[in-house]
Amino acid sequence: MPFFHSDDYLLALPMLLLTLFALGVLMVDLMLPRDSKVVNAWTAFAGLIFAGAGVFRIQQQINRPEHGGSVMGFSGFSGTLVVDRFAIFFFYLFLAAAAVTILMSVRYLDIEDEQHGEYYALILFSVVGMMCMAAGNDLVLLFIGLELMAISTYILVGFLRRDRRSNEAALKYLLLGAFSSGIFAYGLSLLYGLAGSTNLQQVAMALAAAMQPGHVRVIPLVALVTTAAGLFFKIAAVPFHQWAPDAYEGAPTSITGYMSVAGKAAAWALLLRIFLFALAPMRPLYLPIVVFVAIATMTGGNLAALTQTNLKRLFAYSSIAHVGYMLLGLIAGSPQAPNADGIRGILVYLMVYTFMNLGVFAVIASLRRRDLIGDELEDLNGLFFKAPTEAVLMLAFLLSLAGIPPLAGFYGKYFIFLGLMESGHYALATLAVAYVAVSVYYYLRVANAMFMRTASDAVPVSISWGMGAALGITGLATVVIGIYPEPFLRMVNWSMHVTQAPALAQLLR
Amino acid sequence: MQNHILSIILFLPLVGAILLLFIPRDNKDAIRWIANAFALAGLLVSLPLVPWFWAQRAQPGFKFVEGAAGNWIPSIGAGYHIGVDGISFLLIMLTTLLGWISILSSWTAIQDRVKEYYIWFLVLQTGMLGVFMALDFFLFYVFWEVMLVPMYLLIGIWGGPRKLYAAIKFFLYTLVGSVLMLLGILFLYFNHHSLTGAYTFDIQAIYQTAPQVVDHYGLAVATVLFFAFFIAFAIKVPMFPFHTWLPDAHVEAPTAGSVILAGVLLKMGTYGLIRFSIPLFPKVAMDPRVRGAMITLSIIGIVYGALVSLMQKDMKKLVAYSSVSHLGFCTLGIFALNPLGLSGSVIQQINHGISTGALFLIVGILYERRHTREIAEYGGISNVMPLYATITLIMFMSSLGLPLLNGFVGEFTILQGSYMENKWWAAWAVTGVILGAAYLLWLYQRVFFGNVTNPKNEHLHDLTPREVLTFAPLIVMAVWIGVYPKPFFEVLDQPVKQIVGIVRPDYPLNPPAARAQGSGSPRPTAAIGAAGGGR
Repeated sequence: MPFFHSDDYLLALPMLLLTLFALGVLMVDLMLPRDSKVVNAWTAFAGLIFAGAGVFRIQQQINRPEHGGSVMGFSGFSGTLVVDRFAIFFFYLFLAAAAVTILMSVRYLDIEDEQHGEYYALILFSVVGMMCMAAGNDLVLLFIGLELMAISTYILVGFLRRDRRSNEAALKYLLLGAFSSGIFAYGLSLLYGLAGSTNLQQVAMALAAAMQPGHVRVIPLVALVTTAAGLFFKIAAVPFHQWAPDAYEGAPTSITGYMSVAGKAAAWALLLRIFLFALAPMRPLYLPIVVFVAIATMTGGNLAALTQTNLKRLFAYSSIAHVGYMLLGLIAGSPQAPNADGIRGILVYLMVYTFMNLGVFAVIASLRRRDLIGDELEDLNGLFFKAPTEAVLMLAFLLSLAGIPPLAGFYGKYFIFLGLMESGHYALATLAVAYVAVSVYYYLRVANAMFMRTASDAVPVSISWGMGAALGITGLATVVIGIYPEPFLRMVNWSMHVTQAPALAQLLR
Repeated sequence: MQNHILSIILFLPLVGAILLLFIPRDNKDAIRWIANAFALAGLLVSLPLVPWFWAQRAQPGFKFVEGAAGNWIPSIGAGYHIGVDGISFLLIMLTTLLGWISILSSWTAIQDRVKEYYIWFLVLQTGMLGVFMALDFFLFYVFWEVMLVPMYLLIGIWGGPRKLYAAIKFFLYTLVGSVLMLLGILFLYFNHHSLTGAYTFDIQAIYQTAPQVVDHYGLAVATVLFFAFFIAFAIKVPMFPFHTWLPDAHVEAPTAGSVILAGVLLKMGTYGLIRFSIPLFPKVAMDPRVRGAMITLSIIGIVYGALVSLMQKDMKKLVAYSSVSHLGFCTLGIFALNPLGLSGSVIQQINHGISTGALFLIVGILYERRHTREIAEYGGISNVMPLYATITLIMFMSSLGLPLLNGFVGEFTILQGSYMENKWWAAWAVTGVILGAAYLLWLYQRVFFGNVTNPKNEHLHDLTPREVLTFAPLIVMAVWIGVYPKPFFEVLDQPVKQIVGIVRPDYPLNPPAARAQGSGSPRPTAAIGAAGGGR
């Protein structure tokens, strides 16, 4: 068997295309005059479309009728890269999130006077990193993907060079992020030490052996705790969440949106790969940790969001709270195996969250004017009178975040609660719905400001075509997934390779 | 047409709302005409339902069934499945009637943001109708939540001085209840799957499996589930002690919002109790402790609501608290769990919609002219507005239960039903009737009798033809139910007996005392809708 097979590069085609386009953006940028930097956005957008086509090509291969629908995916590069259904689902999410982010960035960067090609190149690089996180089957590749995404994001957070908040946020994020990456890498190194291999299946087998009665479990436990801590940091779960509000507040609004959906989805893909593949034998040990973190995250996120007056901080805490609900999906199930509806809930949640949360940040970004930052709650006052369509869309996003049917956000909560009810976690389910009611309070505060307060100024909100497209895509997705979720649920089922009665073992191979 | 009549009724208001989106917002009169046309059309298309339903009133099961289980989101087993029985039929007719009346009554009351107002109102109408039609738990839950949003905006945008507080309170209270209900629904959904192997939200399928929760998980679990549903419905009704959102919401809401809130939204709670709480958990509902608690809360609601009404200085608040008292009668009738109590309860729900809806309109008319609802500001109004005073008197009499008007029929039947179970229940409830007469007559005396003491009231103009038109159908209905309620009881006979048959299989379903002698033969053990829809 040749060390690198040519098919391997076909599997990596989406990533390679993105890298090429990112490098292309960097080079073309040098030749562009100052007033036509928008070409960079187009180039990056084209790169995303080409990468999407590449992903579609792999998806077609998986769906080939002669396979009889039994193929989970293909692995390449000596088993380090696995482009399976699970990874493809996340690929689409990353690409969609990046595309919408680019659409909403063009005008925003003009106003900030920071229209540089590097911005778009970094977005593409971070997508490559995220794809490695979703498709990695090897500790090293996963870690490289994580760092590629994280470093790109550190820079993007601090992209507003002349804004002190942006610099502060980037520095905080960098320091805490590097710290947590270190802890995470330490955990991975222990796993490697236990298994003698960086392959996830090898790690799982070694852990399964170590979990047999009579073995000393200290090292696996330390590995578990450090790995988990690193992952919880990346998804911004309490008590590792402190970076999120600062980074979200300081970052350019478009990047806040991007981090909160694509970065989160990637971290979740990584978390699911590690917890469901490598650490699967340790599920009885990690469950109590996850339960504690989930409760703390829901509590911390929801209660802190109640008192925020800055919109970006408010939605930072709200996104922390959403992570708490998603963690419940991991808890659902028995101590031996996760519940399929819980896992499906996480995937559906990430899908709908991508659109509704990006929509929220698109609305906030559109408020930015030369003389107004537009990220305070008061800046939304009377938005309905200035921009009724935007206000109604924002209302839809808010209600969707709150989980009111028939909007997309409901289905994420639906599957997670169903998973909890199926596996008998009634107390957790009740606690979660109580926090849903709490969350409605702060979402309605935003709605109140838009619909029931009068505007402090009469300056109309002008929306560029890019922003209009971003709002249109996110709004349409939020409503259409809400009213007719069937094709989207099929997509999630496809990615889990289950139809009605799920066998999770298949997901994990 | 008969096959799709329910969908037409359900979505016509929504079509109107979508059409209104395209009308420029400055063209207020066009918006008003279109909204009223759609509201009236909503009522008119529901009228053919009356003869069609009457023809099949005695057949078992749901009628005019549309759609099928699981046709909407097959991968989770949710369907667009709608249909009606006697109970939901009456409530749907009430909704279309009150929807038209409230939209008509808003013509001059709403001057700001007219376009949005009518759009949200029409969306609300669709949401409420959907709740009464849904035969699928998922669909039911969607409509139940959908209707929250427009009502929240109606209160929050066009409400009184404390509108923000009232709107959020309304939303949060209802949401807390409904998310608990969601967990209950999910439990039953999963329970259905473990018993039959099928994932479905179909109500008729879950009717078969939900009562078995007691056998598989024990009475304690079933009771917890019962309360998960009960709290959602009790908040909506609202039963004491879940009623505290109601006075705020009512006082702050615009007049038409109050009419719909009292007339229809509260009925969603009682409807839920009848449609879900009782047939899904018959053993729990018949448990003496649970039933005793329900009856006690109902009676506290009746007496407490009436006592608090007596002490109000604000007319609208008085009417709001009187709702707590009247809805107490409805829940008392429900938990009497015999045919008389249940059909009396439904009749009383219709009555409350008619008379309390009218009372809110009455208060709204004075408010529109004087911009105050303080009782002390008025006096001797019958001298300046005689027509208004006459209509008010009729509606007050209807509300306090004067024989030959609708209120008497409902309250009498409920009292009769509860007397058959336990005479003390009826004895306590009767005090509510007496107090009801007291607060309404005292209010009438203070506002309408005597000389005009406040010079600002001297030149109030009497009702306009449009305002008379809003009251006319309500008065006709009040007299009809009061004089000849037999058709209403006949419509209710079959579903009510079916529910009693589920809860109390040994109950003699044709006792000599029963006034409602339908043509349907008693089917004590049959579950609701087992025979499917008889088109």
